[in-house]
Amino acid sequence: MLSIKNLQTSVDDKEILRGLNLEIRAGEVHALMGPNGSGKSTLAAALTGRDNYNVTGGQVIFEGRNLLDLSPENRAREGVFLAFQYPVEIPGVSNINFLRTALNEIRKYRNLSPLESKEFLKLVKEKQKLVEFDVALSNRSLNEGFSGGEKKRNEIFQLAMLEPKLAILDETDSGLDIDALRIVAKGVNKLRTNDNAFIIITHYQRLLEYIVPDFVHVLYNGQIVKSGGKELALELEEKGYDWLKEESKERELV
Amino acid sequence: MISRDIDTLYDQFIADFETKSVLMADEPDNVREFRRHSFEHFRLLGFPSVKNEEWRYTHIAPFLREVYSTSSEKPGSLDQSFLSSLQIRSLDGIRILLFNGKYLPEFSELPPDSGIHVSALTGAYQERLVSDYLGKIADASKNHFVALNSALFEDGLFIRVQDGRRIERPLHVIHVFSSESNMFVQPRHLFVVGKASEVSLVESFLNFKNEAEIFINDVSEIEVGSDARVQHYTIHGGCENARYIHHTEVRQAERSVYNNYKASFPGPAFLRNNLNVSLNGENIESHLYGLYLAGGRQVVDNHTIVDHLKPNCQSNELYKGVIKDEASGIFNGKIYVRKDAQKTNAFQKNNNLMLGKKAIVDSKPQLEIFADDVKCSHGSTVGQFNEEALFYLKSRGIGEERAKALLIHAFAYDVLEKMPLASVKSHINKLIDEGLKT
Repeated sequence: MLSIKNLQTSVDDKEILRGLNLEIRAGEVHALMGPNGSGKSTLAAALTGRDNYNVTGGQVIFEGRNLLDLSPENRAREGVFLAFQYPVEIPGVSNINFLRTALNEIRKYRNLSPLESKEFLKLVKEKQKLVEFDVALSNRSLNEGFSGGEKKRNEIFQLAMLEPKLAILDETDSGLDIDALRIVAKGVNKLRTNDNAFIIITHYQRLLEYIVPDFVHVLYNGQIVKSGGKELALELEEKGYDWLKEESKERELV
Repeated sequence: MISRDIDTLYDQFIADFETKSVLMADEPDNVREFRRHSFEHFRLLGFPSVKNEEWRYTHIAPFLREVYSTSSEKPGSLDQSFLSSLQIRSLDGIRILLFNGKYLPEFSELPPDSGIHVSALTGAYQERLVSDYLGKIADASKNHFVALNSALFEDGLFIRVQDGRRIERPLHVIHVFSSESNMFVQPRHLFVVGKASEVSLVESFLNFKNEAEIFINDVSEIEVGSDARVQHYTIHGGCENARYIHHTEVRQAERSVYNNYKASFPGPAFLRNNLNVSLNGENIESHLYGLYLAGGRQVVDNHTIVDHLKPNCQSNELYKGVIKDEASGIFNGKIYVRKDAQKTNAFQKNNNLMLGKKAIVDSKPQLEIFADDVKCSHGSTVGQFNEEALFYLKSRGIGEERAKALLIHAFAYDVLEKMPLASVKSHINKLIDEGLKT
């Protein structure tokens, strides 16, 4: 589904990703861990097309298409979704209007007719139930007045609504209490199918107890320095990142 | 466009007054006296230039150099088929139609309520209220265009709401302007809202596209009686060939509420909106909300004065501007808190969203406080799209244009949410969408 080859990016002439490689197949969940500043969020930004991140080298193929050539909206329409680390509040844009616009623009791109109001609202109800997001959405502005936890849960609800092929969860667990974390994880697990894939960016092993990944990758200094199964997350939890930093320094010296 | 010296237009009006004095000979003495006075003011004041502080950012000169007919015969005809296009969808309003400033009862609905009187201003000179209020609210001595209008106004509306009446259906006053040759029109309106009455007034301004330039210098005086509540909307749309100096002067008596909602859209090449509200009693509330979407090479200027004369009053003002293309927007808001006006709460805010690289805005919020126990604040901002919000929307599959439109609606929302009439609100939302496409 996604093939990242030698991806390099910079922000203000500072190199962030230095040749990142990653292969993701449909049905897989990949966890991406690593110390602060290793480039995790940059990868999310580069994949979704955020403006101020310059891709300076490498390529990203998503479902046979060169993802880097596409605008952010077309990436979303092709099926890439980012659950934001800090979801934006947009006063004056209603949750419902926003969702309907997004859904119908994606449908239009796929040559599907727009959803009728009734069908749409039915879908909203159904998906709200699925991900246990019971916040009242109508007559409220996008994320406005939502608590930190509600904003994160709204991201998962949007994920449920838009049904992307590839979902990137950027530190969705940060700022969540244990109950909210369970609900979010439960939602994500319900949304897992053989046809979609997830990249879960996190600092903590905790989330991965609930969303069990197929692969765990450690990002350090703009590269994936170690990959493994779900046990790798436990090992990191126990030992921290220092041993990996050492290993990677040694490699560089060699 | 043929242009000439501004003095030519000035001379034309000076000569006009002489001619019209003869025609106006049958007007009541007080009206003729009022005209004569005002004319003297205009003769001394002339037209403003950028040297005048109130016109510093508003380049009106090019529009005064155009050639206009100022004769009282207004050429042009009203196309019946346009009438339906003038309605606001699902607004159940009492339609009052004016064509080139003249009230057309045959195209208007007669108010079903006996508590309300609608007529042509010139037909109501015998009314005591007209002699009481005409020219008493808007001061011709300091304002060039008010002076000119007061001297040479042709006709307009007189609307009176009786004391203690609650008018259920909004009055929808539609001002249509059309002419086959250049013209300068000067409508004059008087609204007297009686004590403890309630009314909503929706005014739409429109003109049709043709070659002729139309300069509209209108003045409205509004008297709001004690305990009365007035909701007043004005919507300026239309086409490039219109130029507006739209002057509204409001005087409020104790415990009254006056809310003004202004919205203007791309079209008229020049729009100067003057709104002066004087809070002439205790426990008054005034709210001024404005939305201006300017495009093309439009000049849109909102000038407001909120004058607190008495204690214990509240005023709140919020104007939001979206400036596209090469348009220029001007906001000049002044709040006076006079010596007697203790315990005043007065707030004013102006926010601008700049869309065009060549768009300009000049924002000038001003506070003059002579009392010492007051709460006042004012502020102004000029900014661009919030990139974070824009990216968030795009990341959900919403295209650039659509995302920007959503953010513009969101920006306008603060003003729109204040409007009690849902039909007007959705009409304005529609005009925003149309305005963004032009």
